[in-house]
Amino acid sequence: MCQQQKLYLAPVIVLFLFSLAFAQKKDSCSECHSQFEGPLGDPVQMMKTDIHKAKGLSCMDCHGGDASLDDATMAMDPRKGFIARPKPANVPAFCGKCHSNADFIKKFNPAQRIDQESEFLTSVHGKLLKSGDQKVATCISCHGNHGVRAVADPRSPVYATNVAETCSKCHAKAEYMEGYKIPHDQYEKYKNSVHAKALYERQDRSAPTCNSCHGNHGAAPPGVSSIANVCGQCHVRQSTLFQAGPHKSVFDAMGIGECIQCHNNHEILAPHDDMIGGGEKSTCTSCHVEGDAGFTTATRIRARLEDLVLANSRALDILNRAERAGMQVSKAKFDLGESRDSLTNARVLIHSFSYGEVEKVIKPGLDIALNSYQAGENAMNELGFRRKGLAVSLFFILFLAGLVYLKIRQIESKPK
Amino acid sequence: MNPDISHPTGKADSLKQWLDDRLGIGEIFHLVQKKEVPVHRHEIWYYFGGMTLFLFMVQVFTGILLLLYYRPSAENAFESVQFIMTEVQFGWLIRSIHSWSANLMIATLFIHLFSVFFLKAYRSPRELTWVSGVLLLFIALGFGFSGYLLPWNQLAFFATKVGTDIAGVVPFVGEFMLRFLRGGEDVTGATLTRFFGFHVAVLPALTTALIGFHLLLVQKQGMSVPPSLEGKPVKTMKFFPNFLLRDLIGWILAIGVLAALSAIFPWELGEKADPFAPAPAGIRPEWYFLFMFQTLKLIPAKIWIFDGEVIGVLVFAVGGLFLFLVPFIDRPGKSGKSKTSSALTIAGILVVLFIVGMTIYGYLD
Repeated sequence: MCQQQKLYLAPVIVLFLFSLAFAQKKDSCSECHSQFEGPLGDPVQMMKTDIHKAKGLSCMDCHGGDASLDDATMAMDPRKGFIARPKPANVPAFCGKCHSNADFIKKFNPAQRIDQESEFLTSVHGKLLKSGDQKVATCISCHGNHGVRAVADPRSPVYATNVAETCSKCHAKAEYMEGYKIPHDQYEKYKNSVHAKALYERQDRSAPTCNSCHGNHGAAPPGVSSIANVCGQCHVRQSTLFQAGPHKSVFDAMGIGECIQCHNNHEILAPHDDMIGGGEKSTCTSCHVEGDAGFTTATRIRARLEDLVLANSRALDILNRAERAGMQVSKAKFDLGESRDSLTNARVLIHSFSYGEVEKVIKPGLDIALNSYQAGENAMNELGFRRKGLAVSLFFILFLAGLVYLKIRQIESKPK
Repeated sequence: MNPDISHPTGKADSLKQWLDDRLGIGEIFHLVQKKEVPVHRHEIWYYFGGMTLFLFMVQVFTGILLLLYYRPSAENAFESVQFIMTEVQFGWLIRSIHSWSANLMIATLFIHLFSVFFLKAYRSPRELTWVSGVLLLFIALGFGFSGYLLPWNQLAFFATKVGTDIAGVVPFVGEFMLRFLRGGEDVTGATLTRFFGFHVAVLPALTTALIGFHLLLVQKQGMSVPPSLEGKPVKTMKFFPNFLLRDLIGWILAIGVLAALSAIFPWELGEKADPFAPAPAGIRPEWYFLFMFQTLKLIPAKIWIFDGEVIGVLVFAVGGLFLFLVPFIDRPGKSGKSKTSSALTIAGILVVLFIVGMTIYGYLD
């Protein structure tokens, strides 16, 4: 065949290859389901934003069957592996076909975990599912089925700021949770917590939400013995101090959940100094009574905290007054920051329940606060001195101006 | 030669004679004693030149004192001013007087400029007095712009960034000006060192020379009389001592005002500049640049195919050039009734209204 004839064949070959490529991409699932409305048509619309679709997967990759066939019965033939809608009990394995397959998943994300399915089976949800409970959450309850988004996508139901609401869809429903013997007010309580405020108001995505303490795929309530470990993931220093302190062994013996005994669990409010001491709002008095050693220590610690709070407040007040009057007190204000750091440090050291440990930071903090107050007082004294000095200066300045004026009068009154 | 000096009667006169023999100061005394100042209803405006000069002397004196402690580097500038304000005896007073006096000096300079403009004191043969005065105004603005950065606080840092950005939009030379002013691409410690150099060496040297020239012309040509009083009998007073003593009263009272402002409203230091911090809200330049800043803000980003900001900067540049050329532009009206151009006077009034209006708008915005 001559060279010219070969060239004529080239477009024919290209067209043939194109038609092959298009034939392979035939998607009878979408073609057919897009003609429906409601539950049969929705998946086609929802898949437009689905991460699986974005990664190049098709209906067939999850549901099986043969999308290249136009005949619905043949395309959805169970003998070709077609699964229309997996039963809840089968969902973990359904998703796990790919998500537990390291070889498959690493093609998309080498760092992606593949233990979700096995972890799920250790969760309360997983265990109940295995025992035949069809109401419990499976993968699709939280992630959705069609229209699944990446966890890092703010529109995903499992994005940090959406997790609590997603969990609440089941856990906040009294009738749905009936029979499980667990409360259904966790979401309401969590919304009042200091953690929720950090997450929703400050948009601090590192703030804990449901899965931070309960786990996500392996979700389970932390047992009494592991609560301190859970809280200690973030509150490391407080946890360490508590573990080394006198309360640890007593709480263990009494079977009391460590942190939550004073701080609550879901409704963890911002801690305040009233929580320690012998007052009405004190959490110490739920175990200690006046006269015992613990009560005395708590009262003494509280008194020293109050001393430092008051000293800081006095110093800041006088420094603010001096600043408003135009005095330069920025250095003293900066120094006072160290005293505030001491107060924060002391509030953490409370978890040692040792007066001596707390006093080690209170004392230097008080010294700094006192020095700052002194600087503020000096500034106010200086202000008074300046004003008096100004009055005296103005007197002499006006006197001098008057003298010059008289001199002019004297000169100009002389006959020329 | 001054007859008083030529016939010494005491030790002081002997000293004068000694100096006269060597320096010829008798000529200066003679010039000063001979000088007469017209007395009329516009006489008050004559005092603003002297007041500006006095406030400049205050700047020199307090500036030298501040130099004893100020350290011109990004690492030390803020702390050194903080030290001056808190630790140095009367440091707060010196720094506050320096800052207040700078602002009052610019204010009296503007008043002096516009009083000379409206009284038409720039007319022949005083064209060069006007030109040297306008140059001194621009130098004073340069003093203000360079001095504002020296405490290296947050507001000054960002105001300088914005100010130098504006210089950078000037066609052809903008890029060079921006790099020259900043000493690099961004406002850094290099900019501070550079501004310090301008503030304490370059600008004072230029000012000293120009003030000398300006004063020499004022003494040589005497005070101008407004056109409305020309040809009419006008009373006069002696420059020395009558006028100078009146000046002295103003200067003494100015010291009182500066002391009161410094004691009651000490100049703020703010927070140390942090190049990585976001620009503080409501950032704006010193009041004397505000009318230009506000105008540039109001100009649309695009005017036809041209950049709005470039147009704005060019308009102000042309305005500055016109200011220089005022004595050469002003020509009598065609009717011959007026010795000066009434259109120029109206333009001047509009410019004053524009500056005042835009400044007020800038503060309210």
